[in-house]
Amino acid sequence: MNPHRRSPFVIVATILVYIFLYAPILVLMVFSFNASRANVKFEGIIPAFSERVSMDGSLVQSSPCGPFHWFCELARNRDVKEAAGNTLLIAVISTLTSTVIGTMAALALQRYNFRLKAFSQVSLYIPIVIPEIVMGIGILVLFSQLFGVLNNALSLTGDSRLALGLGTVIVSHIAFSVPFVTLVVQARLQGFDKSFEEAAMDLGADEWTTFRRVTFPMILPGVLSGGLLAFTLSLDDFVITFFTNGPGSTTLPIYVYGLLRRIITPQVNALSTVWILIVLSAVFLLQRLQSREA
Amino acid sequence: MLKRLRESKSAQGTLLAMPTMLWMLALLIIPLILTTIISFGKRSPDGDVIYTFTLDNYVRLLGYSTNCDAGQASCFDPLYLHILSRSLSLAFNTTVLVILLAYPLAYFIARANPKRRNTFLFMVLVPLWTNFVIRVYAWMMLLRKEGVINLGLGWLAGLVGLDFQPLEMLYTPGAVLVGMVYEFLPFMILPIFTSLEKIENSLYEAAADLGANPIKTFLRVTLPLSMPGVVAGTILVFIPVMGTFIVSDILGGRQVILVGNLIQRQFLDARDPTFGSAASLILMIMTLIVTYFYTRKFGFGEEIVAA
Repeated sequence: MNPHRRSPFVIVATILVYIFLYAPILVLMVFSFNASRANVKFEGIIPAFSERVSMDGSLVQSSPCGPFHWFCELARNRDVKEAAGNTLLIAVISTLTSTVIGTMAALALQRYNFRLKAFSQVSLYIPIVIPEIVMGIGILVLFSQLFGVLNNALSLTGDSRLALGLGTVIVSHIAFSVPFVTLVVQARLQGFDKSFEEAAMDLGADEWTTFRRVTFPMILPGVLSGGLLAFTLSLDDFVITFFTNGPGSTTLPIYVYGLLRRIITPQVNALSTVWILIVLSAVFLLQRLQSREA
Repeated sequence: MLKRLRESKSAQGTLLAMPTMLWMLALLIIPLILTTIISFGKRSPDGDVIYTFTLDNYVRLLGYSTNCDAGQASCFDPLYLHILSRSLSLAFNTTVLVILLAYPLAYFIARANPKRRNTFLFMVLVPLWTNFVIRVYAWMMLLRKEGVINLGLGWLAGLVGLDFQPLEMLYTPGAVLVGMVYEFLPFMILPIFTSLEKIENSLYEAAADLGANPIKTFLRVTLPLSMPGVVAGTILVFIPVMGTFIVSDILGGRQVILVGNLIQRQFLDARDPTFGSAASLILMIMTLIVTYFYTRKFGFGEEIVAA
């Protein structure tokens, strides 16, 4: 019988830390129902439903959506929709690309010897051990100098000028995702049992068929893990996107940051609440899918 | 040529790795080299780079500038050194606090009933999946003068009949520390949990059989075996804290300037990419040095967990 298991110190500490982790988020979500537009104190829930929004000073007294007023405001916010769309687009494209090339790189690093192998391995570790801002600045510097030179050399003006935008953001997201995908798939390849492949080859399958029907299905969980990681990293990224985005390529984190520096209404809280709920549901779905497969 | 491809394993390997290599070369190696080159340059009047070789930016970072008042030739202003040391100490303090908070929780989950373990882990991950910016905002709401914490304290004081002045918690170094600890706590819980989980029950039983009390067991069995997790977690916390600017930006206001803020401002407000690059390079070197010495002493902590 282990005396530690019931140690009161551990249990109390655990409870306190969990409270510490969740209290801010819960407060945040509660405030998305705040009747006060200034969102400084909690002035209660918006009490009444009515045709039009009626306000008393900075207090919303009634609204077509009642307590969910700020969520409705959110739904009508075009900037949010654009940012959300951008965020998703960037995440999907960068995830697909980084997963494909990252998996290829992982296979190369685990199974082949080639020149520049050491260089590749090291350069894939670098983004993980340096602060994100160093990479972000580097990419910004690259693009700004490159675009400057190209714009001058090709005499581009106005709309055809090369500038920061969706393209630069996507390319940068791929750059920071690839190391993680490669790492995850490499880890998966390390414990790999080659006897299946050898059996397939013994039975007459060529290399490509063996890969397609034996190897790939076996590493698929790792590839999907890596892809999921890349997707999450891209959705949530702030620092690198901050330095590589331009007009028209705002993502949700950047958008929220912008709001925080300007006007903070409960709409920001409503946005946060919705975002948290979406992430939670996605995770639940994934868990159910995973446990069904297992 | 295809035949040569089929026969040479080395060529196959190169081909497979090529896209990634090109990407890393273009978006990591070249940017870093360019940053280095630019850091030795001069700022042009319109905020661009004049490519030359001068140590001005580094000298300025060290505190010696030629832009002095009272007609002195050179003077010492440790402003930037302060920023660097403040960032280092913040990273250090954050890491220590995070370890103290994370360890009991990780221990609890590791020794919990296996059936419930996943739930507890899940509960740790949920805040992690909430966006970084949102989590910082949450603390902004809590720490304001009219925020929930002050309200609670005021209510408590009212109960006891004490006069209560709302605490100025926001825009202080303390707020930044709390924010950093909050942001990075889950990153420490997971690695420590992973290494604690690997400790077999039989080890604890053996210790108990040999007559060790709980404290001794902890010090001589649990703690040493969990070190890989602590090391991995430290790397996952220390490095990002050194470079984060958003926490100090939102929770620290103009009062708390860290290296990250310095770099950000040089590029965005001051439009001096040369000085910003120099600061960025110093940050990277400092991080690499700290990581190098740390891992030399403590190892790499191979349990870096991909959540």
